[in-house]
Amino acid sequence: MAEIHLKGLAHSYIGNPQISSDYAIHEMDHVWQQGGAYALLGPSGCGKSTLLNLISGLIKPSHGSVLFDGVEVNNTSTQDRNIAQVFQFPVIYDSMTVYDNLAFPLRNMKVDRETIDKKVKEVAKTLDLTEILSRKANNLSADEKQKISMGRGLVRDDVSAILFDEPLTVIDPNLKWKLRRKLKQIHERYNITMVYVTHDQLEASTFANKIALMYEGKIVQFGTPRELFEEPNHTFVGFFIGSPGMNFISVEKEIVDGQLVFSFDGINFPLSQEQSDLLDNAQSHNLKIGIRPEFIQLSRVEHPESLPCKIVHTEDLGTYKILTVEVGKQQLKVRLGEDQQTPQENAFVTFPHQWVKTYVDEYLVTPSTGDSNNE
Amino acid sequence: MNKVQNNKAWFLVLPVFLLVAFSAIVPLMTVVNYSVQDIFDQNNAYFVGVEWYKEILNDPRLQDSLARQFMFSFTVLLIEVPLGIAVALMMPTRGWTASLTLIVLALPLLIPWNVVGTIWQIFARGDIGLLGYVINALGIDYNYTNNPIDAWATVLLMDVWHWTSLIALLCYSGLRAIPDAYYQAARIDRASSWSIFKFIQLPKLKGVLIIGILLRFMDSFMIYTEPFVLTGGGPGNSTTFLSQTLTKMAIGQFDIGPAAAFSIIYFLIVLLVSWLFFTTITHLDKDKTKEQSYD
Amino acid sequence: MSLVLENVYRKVEGVNHLHNINLEFKPGSFNVLLGRTLAGKTSLMRTIAGLDKVDSGKVFMDSEDVTLTSVQKRNISMVYQQFINYPNMTVFENIASPLKLSGTPAAEIRKRVQETAEMLHIESFLSRHPLELSGGQQQRTAMARALVKDASIILFDEPLVNLDYKLREELRQELRELFKLRNSIAIYATTEPNEALALGGTTSLLHQGQLLQSGPAIEQYHQPVNLHAADLYSEPPINLLKGHIKDAELSIENYASFPVATTFDGIEEGPYTFGIRPSHISLVPKHDSDIELSTVVDVAEISASETFLHVANQDLQMVLQLSGVHDYRTNTPVKIYIPPEKLFIFEPDGTIIKAPNAQLAGEF
Repeated sequence: MAEIHLKGLAHSYIGNPQISSDYAIHEMDHVWQQGGAYALLGPSGCGKSTLLNLISGLIKPSHGSVLFDGVEVNNTSTQDRNIAQVFQFPVIYDSMTVYDNLAFPLRNMKVDRETIDKKVKEVAKTLDLTEILSRKANNLSADEKQKISMGRGLVRDDVSAILFDEPLTVIDPNLKWKLRRKLKQIHERYNITMVYVTHDQLEASTFANKIALMYEGKIVQFGTPRELFEEPNHTFVGFFIGSPGMNFISVEKEIVDGQLVFSFDGINFPLSQEQSDLLDNAQSHNLKIGIRPEFIQLSRVEHPESLPCKIVHTEDLGTYKILTVEVGKQQLKVRLGEDQQTPQENAFVTFPHQWVKTYVDEYLVTPSTGDSNNE
Repeated sequence: MNKVQNNKAWFLVLPVFLLVAFSAIVPLMTVVNYSVQDIFDQNNAYFVGVEWYKEILNDPRLQDSLARQFMFSFTVLLIEVPLGIAVALMMPTRGWTASLTLIVLALPLLIPWNVVGTIWQIFARGDIGLLGYVINALGIDYNYTNNPIDAWATVLLMDVWHWTSLIALLCYSGLRAIPDAYYQAARIDRASSWSIFKFIQLPKLKGVLIIGILLRFMDSFMIYTEPFVLTGGGPGNSTTFLSQTLTKMAIGQFDIGPAAAFSIIYFLIVLLVSWLFFTTITHLDKDKTKEQSYD
Repeated sequence: MSLVLENVYRKVEGVNHLHNINLEFKPGSFNVLLGRTLAGKTSLMRTIAGLDKVDSGKVFMDSEDVTLTSVQKRNISMVYQQFINYPNMTVFENIASPLKLSGTPAAEIRKRVQETAEMLHIESFLSRHPLELSGGQQQRTAMARALVKDASIILFDEPLVNLDYKLREELRQELRELFKLRNSIAIYATTEPNEALALGGTTSLLHQGQLLQSGPAIEQYHQPVNLHAADLYSEPPINLLKGHIKDAELSIENYASFPVATTFDGIEEGPYTFGIRPSHISLVPKHDSDIELSTVVDVAEISASETFLHVANQDLQMVLQLSGVHDYRTNTPVKIYIPPEKLFIFEPDGTIIKAPNAQLAGEF
């Protein structure tokens, strides 16, 4: 059981890093609490695998340190860190039975036979492997093999964390649901810190209580899936989370008839006083307004603060629809539920103030952050 | 499942069939023909049935050399296989040392067989050979031309020197094919080096090892050139192996009928033992093919 | 160019890879093959390409029988799951390679490579080598190579599987745009229903080598021909309940009975399998006729804007797709409500009897 603390951690594969782009991981301070379910989410090449390898001890950090329960483990080998890992492709001992696979780590630790038997059977039961315990491990399906690799971590009492490296890559789509649910149940049952690396936002958000979203070697946001969805603190988070991602509109500050407005393509974007002040206080000209496709309201009739739009494209995905609408020259995505009516051609869009987010230099500004995020 | 299916393929294989027919099947049939006849000259041949086979099987020359042959082949396998694996495990995996090791290991394989014999013939001589001289200088009485045990040891050593590389290179390629994740998982499971070898490396090497063993068995079972050059089969008959006995009989004594029968028996033994190995391979690989078709 | 497959059969080691496939692909159409792993998607593509031989049946291109024509003579290009490029050639040379083979003049090659690269947004990487590019860029290069030669049929075998989630979204949209302007037949294989729905065009559903149905994906979503088709179009998987209708009651096996709703008029008594999509079950009743089931929470998977609530009750295991965040601890009892008008009704052999909001008369 352990809390994992990344303290001033940075890593460069180059011996003597000079510029920012030499770093695979930029300096970060980060804590994974004991017993939490975390996801490390990001596009390929964002550094998530490097970070995982730093935690597992496969790579030694070039700067800063990794602490397990407050103890620095920079120089501790992988096996002495007491972590288990599930890889992208199932790693099992082909020549052994399922039982022997699960018993293997305990046998290596010279645990007595009875304890091993008890532990193996208990874990097999949790993972629904009881019936195949006596079978050779190499004839099993990919999802069963992944469960075995996970089981080898669960039989040990001393395991402080389980790391998952895109564990569902080779699993059939219809089985992914089952296995993911199993992971979740296991987390609820065993009080183990779990870190799950993936590029799939659905996998990350359904598994984890908290997601660390990585982009270009940095954790750009660390929060619950809901926070990442509702309050993305960087335009990349808004883009990456959600399907489709957040709509962003670049706006310019203008004074029209003595009134301060923020406009695009000659159209004034309806903002609250507070939002308008936030953008007004910004030094930069890089001003963006973000709103999720789920929160844009579409209507056939005009409302106060609504803007006229043209419907360019409708994509019916069964459980929901995605509409592409044009406001001025700006294309926006709108997500509608299955039962919602879709207007033809012309309609009006409304942007509820609570879901309108303001970004300065790609970072979210809110009344509480003020300009502090705007470095 | 992903094979291209096209009848043209059969036409493309045809030349190989013809080649095999002319190079193997036709000569083999000729030999079968000789083995059941008593041949005096071109025009006088009499059918004798399995007479030659009976004679050959009761011939102490064959029995002796067969026993020697099995002893030799199994000793060779017993030394070369573990040694080859050990070498492969110790080989560096990256950098210039890796390339260098590969080249050094490949060298013995490139030397023609009769040259190997000649090298060792000189190398092991007590008067001018480095090996022979050093051994004698150490106070051990060594002379492979007089002492059967010395001769055996020399032939074995020569074969080990010549062929261990083959096993080592095969295993090396097998080891390189194991993904890093396996080693990492094993370390996490606190497996000892011995466990890693037993449960990861050895199972993954099974395929290449069986091929290596099969090749080495067939090759060593048919060994001719090197001992012929090195010891000439002596002292006495101590290093006269099957193929040499056969050659002596067929060419030296012109006993074509018995020699043909001998050849057939020889051929059948090689075939039988290889078949045993082969069925082992397919049996062991059955599980593997299942796994692949799942993907 | 049009493409027609007529009664195509192919069996390998006793397994049906293709079983009586009849399909027509119109010129300039975008087509999707949807099915699970080993459903026959790749087999079908390989047959169209001429890489696999059919056991019986015929393949026509522009009404010419090409069943026995070799792959080289079919004017086809293919994009694979793996990013297949020539590693020792630059991106430019990679894209140009099919044109060079056909002896196109150099100036023409340069022009077409440039155009294609621009379409796929890789024009700035033309002088690089594929391995220096990201996965998405590598796959774009492979696609450019397939598109540059004006093949009459372009086959995509799950081309986006190995890419990041976001990149998939992006490329999928571009692909759709790209094919609006082309006259070649595009055939795209996928295991994901969302991809079929998003790409549009004609979708053919494959299951164990058989063609289940063919038509616009959204119609199939609403009107699947059988249980397999309904299941293919449900993510998370459709919930299935065994039961029967008898004496004006709908009963769920080992569980409970409910009065049959009026929407079930005309359905005979007998055993059935009832299907309900995860998004159609709710935690609050919407009508009095809703079927109420008592269950306990197995696990709640909370995605950003949705919750997948897995519930169980003895023999039943169901999943609900709810919008918003619903945080439930394991073993919390919950009542779930199934609107009967949203039920799919299947015969025990899987044939559909009724899809929600649409009565099907006899055969589909």
